[in-house]
Amino acid sequence: MWQRIVALVRKEFLALFKDRRGRFVLIVPPLIQLLVFGYAATFDLNRIPYALYNEDPGGAARTLAAAFDGSPHFERVATIASEKEIAPLVDARAVLMVVHIGPRFSRDLLLGTPAPLQVIVDGRNSNTALVAINYLRAVVDRYNRNWLSERDLPGPAAQLETRAWFNPNLESRWFFIPGIVGVITLLVTMLVTAMSVAREREQGTFDQLLVTPLRPVEILIGKALPGFIIGAAEASAIILIATLWFDIPLRGHLEVLYTGLALFLLSAVGVGLMISSIAVTQQQGLLGAFLFMVPAVTLSGFATPIANMPPAVQAVTLLDPLRYFLVVLRKLFLEGVSFDVLVHQFWPMALIGVASLAIAGWLFRHRMY
Amino acid sequence: MTGGAAPGGHAARGGAGMRLRGLVRKEFLQIVRDPSSIAIAFLMPVFLLILFGYGVSLDAEHVPVALVVEQPSADTADFVASFRGSKYFAPSDVATMPRAIERMLEGRVDAIVRLRADFAQRLRRPDGAPVQLIVNGVNANTARLIEGYVQGAWSGWLRQRSEAQGQMLRIPVEVEHRVWFNSALRSRNYLVPGLVVVIMTLIGALLTAMVMAREWERGTMEALMVTPAAVSEILLGKLIPYFVLGTGGMLLSVAMAVWLFGVPLRGSLWLLWLTASLFLLVALGMGLLISSLAKNQFIAGQLAIIVTFLPAFLLSGFIFDIDSMPAVVQVITHAIAARYFVAIATTLFLAGDVWSVVLPNAAALLAMAALFLGLTWRKTRKRLE
Repeated sequence: MWQRIVALVRKEFLALFKDRRGRFVLIVPPLIQLLVFGYAATFDLNRIPYALYNEDPGGAARTLAAAFDGSPHFERVATIASEKEIAPLVDARAVLMVVHIGPRFSRDLLLGTPAPLQVIVDGRNSNTALVAINYLRAVVDRYNRNWLSERDLPGPAAQLETRAWFNPNLESRWFFIPGIVGVITLLVTMLVTAMSVAREREQGTFDQLLVTPLRPVEILIGKALPGFIIGAAEASAIILIATLWFDIPLRGHLEVLYTGLALFLLSAVGVGLMISSIAVTQQQGLLGAFLFMVPAVTLSGFATPIANMPPAVQAVTLLDPLRYFLVVLRKLFLEGVSFDVLVHQFWPMALIGVASLAIAGWLFRHRMY
Repeated sequence: MTGGAAPGGHAARGGAGMRLRGLVRKEFLQIVRDPSSIAIAFLMPVFLLILFGYGVSLDAEHVPVALVVEQPSADTADFVASFRGSKYFAPSDVATMPRAIERMLEGRVDAIVRLRADFAQRLRRPDGAPVQLIVNGVNANTARLIEGYVQGAWSGWLRQRSEAQGQMLRIPVEVEHRVWFNSALRSRNYLVPGLVVVIMTLIGALLTAMVMAREWERGTMEALMVTPAAVSEILLGKLIPYFVLGTGGMLLSVAMAVWLFGVPLRGSLWLLWLTASLFLLVALGMGLLISSLAKNQFIAGQLAIIVTFLPAFLLSGFIFDIDSMPAVVQVITHAIAARYFVAIATTLFLAGDVWSVVLPNAAALLAMAALFLGLTWRKTRKRLE
């Protein structure tokens, strides 16, 4: 039995790699995506263009302005002298925020009444606006602490001491790159499997395969293994690049990671083969893979948390194998959790994999066209 | 077809118009007979907008937070109440720190707020009492949002407390921020206009990516070439029908953005229409160029997805801030047409008719449209010779 399967797997690999374009599609786009994603996908802001509108000649205002100039996140691109200049700058997106120090600023500070610092933020991208406001608060907080300690004044009755676990500098990249491992693995596995049965159907060779001594189970294994092997190889390469090139910590155990990867590949291969055995032409196979991939990635929690979605959509995400694998990846890369924490992510992937493979195997014989 | 050649070799007056009409009619007939183009133009925007519009949100609400109060007192009850009233938190009381940590590791809470046993006591000392906040930093963006929310709850509590005691608040500088254009900071307000751009890129490129390749693949391109129709007429004959179809898809997306997702449209509709048409022209041009280069439907379709969809998503500034990307990537973004239209669309939707944003970006779109269509024209002509 194994001899026949090995022969079938070898044939599949030959069919995949004999064509130069086939090799190209499997290797180059995933790498480009990894690099572009790795560098472009970040919610961190390292350059916030702002305008300073300072009406206060006092030294306190000057120190505050210097605090902004000294911050690596802020870049002063304009210094304005009247209220009228604010709107054109913000409207034209020349600045993300305008920091306005009122004429009474130094006086309020010295009197001990809270001195207001007015900030106008461009909210066209609300997430960027929120992040920018948080950076600004950090600068002002530091200024406040300095002000109080220099004058030996008591601070507020309670202070907030914040610590972020697992990602102390709150770098988005640490969040996105483990996710990319999952997304690209899914993409590659789908490309390999979604076309495999459809290609044989289109070329009429699937009927020949069915009349060989191979049993349906053997065909299923023979079709599933190449996707499994290529997916595992590509995932390993990306995990290497993530840890060595992008310096993402890998705190969990490799054997747990590979358990998760194996189960995820099982489900991805299953869904891919299912789509492939429904499709009659390669074009349909590709379209089907695209129609599965787009919602699968969007609803997986890759870029936006599942918890933010409406309950009905959250229920749909339970069918998405990528959803479980992303949790596994992030928990293993950053939190370094142990096997038993992840059991609830493992069994749904196994279930999806077994169910979809069973459907694919059944469709091999029963789908007529 | 009615566009028969005029007698005498030379086209009679209006012959060009007639040939063009004939080509456009042929294309429309093909569209009607193979409804996949209609599906791309009308079903895909609906499917994608609903999927993304409902599925994608960056607004964290009801964040699960573990509150660890080691010694309850009137002061701690006061503090905890400020979390209970907020729509941003879904607080749960946890008795001890180890149990809270356990919950965090299980992923059941995203943050822990801890008031130590000496909280009430230290509150009355000059150096103040610490409030410990631990956030799960795995999702850095959500972690930062939670930090901001907790800070808001904390400073609100401080203000109330000092007012109740008739004391002055001991905060030197207080930030008062005003957010223009989107004061409620609804992420949907900028995600949906951005999605309209991404979807239009996809429609425009997918619609035309296959059509020239199809003619080459089926061998009907040669048949078209031997007719009196000029290359520019053949291209226009391809462009006009899909432009009409794409405009339909665009209007549908805008209508859904305004009526289904409640995004305000503060600029003028005609300006949005005009700039969107310009952008559609760029997207169609890109598709035509891919199509006449690839000559194969399968490769053309794949290329269209890879070179249009992903860059429009990642490099257009629609989700990720361009200013914060590495310099090399920033240079690349200038070649992405979606970048210019994202700037125009978010401005027209949320800010209004701001000419200082619309004009330069529209000029860039115009240049790109001319470039892509010009290149397609050249590529097609060369093959004729």
